[in-house]
This record gives sequence, C-alpha cells and structure tokens, in this order.
Amino acid sequence: MAESTAPNIPDSAPKKADAKQDAPVSVLRFEGVTVSFDGDAPVLDKLSFNVHRGETRVILGAAGSGKTVLLKTAMGLIHPDSGRTFLFDEDVTDKAEVELFDIRCKIGMLFQESALFDSMTVAQNVAYPLLNQKAIQVQRDQMEPAVRNSLRFVELEQTMDKYPSELSGGMRRRVAIARAVVTNPPLLLYDSPTAGLDPITAHTIMALIVKERDANNTTGLVVTHRYQDGNLVANFRYNPNSGRLDPAGAEGTNTIFMVMKEGRLVFEGNQTDLEACKDSYVMKFVKRPELEAA
Amino acid sequence: MLDTLKGPIQAVQDFYELTGRAIRNVFRKPHYVDDILLQMESIGVGSIPIVLLTGFFSGAVMAMQMGRGLQDYGQTGRTGQFVSIILVRELGPVLTGVMVAGRNSSGIASELGSMKVTEQIDAMRALGTDPIQKLVTPRMIATALMLPCLTIIDDFIGMIGGGIMAKVLFSVPTRQYWSTVWRALVWNDVAQGLTKPFVYSFAVSLIGCYYGLRASGGTQGVGRATTQAVVWASIAIFVLDFFMGRIFLGISQIGT
Repeated sequence: MAESTAPNIPDSAPKKADAKQDAPVSVLRFEGVTVSFDGDAPVLDKLSFNVHRGETRVILGAAGSGKTVLLKTAMGLIHPDSGRTFLFDEDVTDKAEVELFDIRCKIGMLFQESALFDSMTVAQNVAYPLLNQKAIQVQRDQMEPAVRNSLRFVELEQTMDKYPSELSGGMRRRVAIARAVVTNPPLLLYDSPTAGLDPITAHTIMALIVKERDANNTTGLVVTHRYQDGNLVANFRYNPNSGRLDPAGAEGTNTIFMVMKEGRLVFEGNQTDLEACKDSYVMKFVKRPELEAA
Repeated sequence: MLDTLKGPIQAVQDFYELTGRAIRNVFRKPHYVDDILLQMESIGVGSIPIVLLTGFFSGAVMAMQMGRGLQDYGQTGRTGQFVSIILVRELGPVLTGVMVAGRNSSGIASELGSMKVTEQIDAMRALGTDPIQKLVTPRMIATALMLPCLTIIDDFIGMIGGGIMAKVLFSVPTRQYWSTVWRALVWNDVAQGLTKPFVYSFAVSLIGCYYGLRASGGTQGVGRATTQAVVWASIAIFVLDFFMGRIFLGISQIGT
C-alpha cells in the first residue's frame, strides 16, 4: 500500500516500521474464552492463546471446529459467555458495540464469502471503511487515491465501477482484501480466504496475504483447512523488488500454527512441531511427503 | 411449558430492544439522510400504484354495497357519507397498511435477510457502522413519513371510486356525493385517519427489519423471514387497529 495515502489511525496503533525491533507486544489475547449458542455445546471451549505483534497465526481445523467463531469473537462481533478477550492489550470483553468501533478500525477482516455490499460498486465498497470508521480521518481528496491504491495492490484497479455481482469469486475475494487493507490496519483476520477457489486463484489470494504481511509488517490470523496455505505463509516472503514470493530461508516468517477441534485448541506451535505431531486429528491436516508417497 | 414460552418471550424482548435502539438512533449521529430519502422513494413512491388500485376499487365496492343497502330506505344520497367515514376511519389506514406491509415488510425482510446470511451485516459492524443506525432507522423514519401520505392518497382515490359507482349505479349527483363526503368528516376522523397509519408504520418497518436481521439458514431462511414478516406485520396492523379504534371511540365519547 502506498504510504502517501495512508489514513490516520489512532495513536495506539503500532508503528509498522518499528514492528520487528519492539519487544513482543500482545495484539490479540484470549483467556479461557467460551462461546455457545442457544445453550448448545460450546463452539469455543475455554480457548486461550496470545498473538504477538508481527506474528502470523495459521488456524487449521475441520468444518464446525469454531474457526470462524474465533475470528468473529476476536473482532467483537460475538460476545463470549465466559473468559476475556484483549485487543492491543485492552480488555474488550464487555465493551458496548459503539465503543468497539474505535478498536475495530485497527482490524481488517476478510469474510468467508467476501461479504461485499452488493448494492455498491467496487470503489464504494473499498471506500466504505474510510467513510464510516470514525477514528480514521481521510480528506475527501485523498479518498479516491487511497481506494485506487488499495485496488492496485490486489491488481483490480480496472474494476472500480463494477458491481460485486459482475466479478468472479476470486476477484470478489481480492476486492474484499482491498477493503480490509485500505485503512492499513495493524491486525488482519482472514476467514477461509481460499475456500471454494481453484488452486491458481487460491495461490493468488495467499500470495496477496503474504504480500500484505511483508509489505506492511502486519499481524495476521489466517483460518484455513488447506495445509498448503499455511505452508506458503510460513515459508515464503514477498520480494518487493521482483514482486514475487521467494523462499523465506533460515530467517523464517514468525508463523505459528493452531489446530482447532470441537471448539478446543488441540495444537499450537511452529511448522516443525506440527509436522512432528503424532495426534491422529492433527495429522489429518498435515501433508507429509512420506504419507503422500504411500 | 416454560421452554415453550421461552422462544416467543425472547422474540418479543428482542423486538422491543430493536425498536428502542431504532428510535434512540433518531436522536443520535450519524444521520443517514441519503438512505432515508432512498427508502422514502422506495417505500412511498414505489407503493403508489398498488395504493391507487386498492384505494379505487375498495371505495367503488363500498359504494356499490352501501348504495344497495341504502336503496331499500331511499337513502342512496347518503352513500358518500358512509364511504368517507369508513374509508378515513378504518379501511383506508388498514388497507394501505396491509398493502404496504405486503410490499415493503417483505422487501425489507428479504433485503436485510440476504445481507445477514451473506455476512454483510457482520461486515458492516466490522467496518464501523451500526446496522440498526444504517439500515433500520432510515426505513423506520421513511415508513413513518410515507404511510400517512399514502393513506391520504388511498382515502381520496377511494372516495373518487365511490363517487363514480354512486353516480353510475344509483344516479347520485356528483355535487351531492362530495357534499355528503365532506360534511360527514369531523376532526376526530381525520386525526384517527392519520394517527393510525403513523402507528402502523412502525409495525410495517420494524417487523420487516426484525425478521430480516434474525434470518439464518441461507436462502430458505430468507424466504421464511419474508413470509413471517408479512404475516406478523399484517396481524399487528389489525390488532393495533382494534385497540386504536377503541381509544378513539373513547376520546370521541368524552368529547360528547
């Protein structure tokens, strides 16, 4: 994203340039969070984890394991029955909807089905957070360049005047990414960004996620059920010179994997630990060369 | 027994909470004036054709039936009096309310329901907008402004329909018809005729919004929400009509 059109985000947002030098700062923390609907079995069951600035969390799990609910709870869209949620070290558990708006402007979210407003054009969709998030102040004359930059980032500048219904599934997903990153939020939540897409488009989407992370040093949570998505995030870096993804090498990418099962966290660790894990449920999400050969 | 009642009680509580928040938002910023105007166009102007048709034919049918009854007593000249009182006090507000409920409660429920099941409502909240402020309050204000106007149109067109039938079937002179129409109405009727649609407008808009915002289960859920919105909005209009009719009757008795 071009810095010249970056909107003003409140002071508590971390300075991106210093992200790596700073001591680990908690961006998102769950402490024993339980969520259930209509008195049924909990969708999230005493979930605890801590995401530090600059980390990328890849959340794997079967359908119905609570991945989407986790992201919506993190965003404050769902209130937990018990436990505490912290965003940028601020307890947001009991905050009212209006109070949450200021914190939400520091978070970008890509919804599972893109959730673009179908009565608005692509440009209006991308401009929506700039116009409606009170804590973000963008001059009128900066609006159009900011939207254009964001769409250029996902290589869809030419679709500004189109409606979401005129776009393919992959393009809609890319526009949704443009909308999520237009305010340059320090935390990004991606809900199944590759679900229902062909492998080529899925790779394009994941490459954009890596590009956003490395270009802006953002913290991210990527919910997926495809191990290859996590593998790409964990082992590749965006090269701004070539515009391509290069292997991260020994430096790594500060990626941590989490595996969810029936609302509980059954694994949390790096890729090496994940691949070494002998748990039969966890093993189902890991693509191992020896297993593939067998 | 308690479990059976839990659902409806929860629904009523949720509806009143939505109503409270929607009304409170009228006095809070931001005000989405563009959305209000857009909804006034959609709910108000868009409903004019159906209001014209139902208004004309309901007035015509009323004059036809009333005139037949009055003919036995040689009182066909008073057809206009009956048509105007029934239209302004009861049939105009109720018919307009039910027609607008059929058209707009369903439209609101399906629009908001589609937004709900495709996570657009969640996206709106995530992007810093209160969906009640942005979606519910403008629809509530627009309906509250437009339904009384539509009722006036319906009443007037109904009277024209009644006048035509009175002239064609019972040879009532036009001048006499309009004279009885005018003389039959008192301020209580006009107040009743305008207060009722104002109150119904909240049922029409808020019930549509309520069912739309709680839609779940994909397209089937949206369909279910739409049906429930129309059914409950129509029932609410008849129930409110009964109680408001009783209140206005009481007021008119105090006056005499």
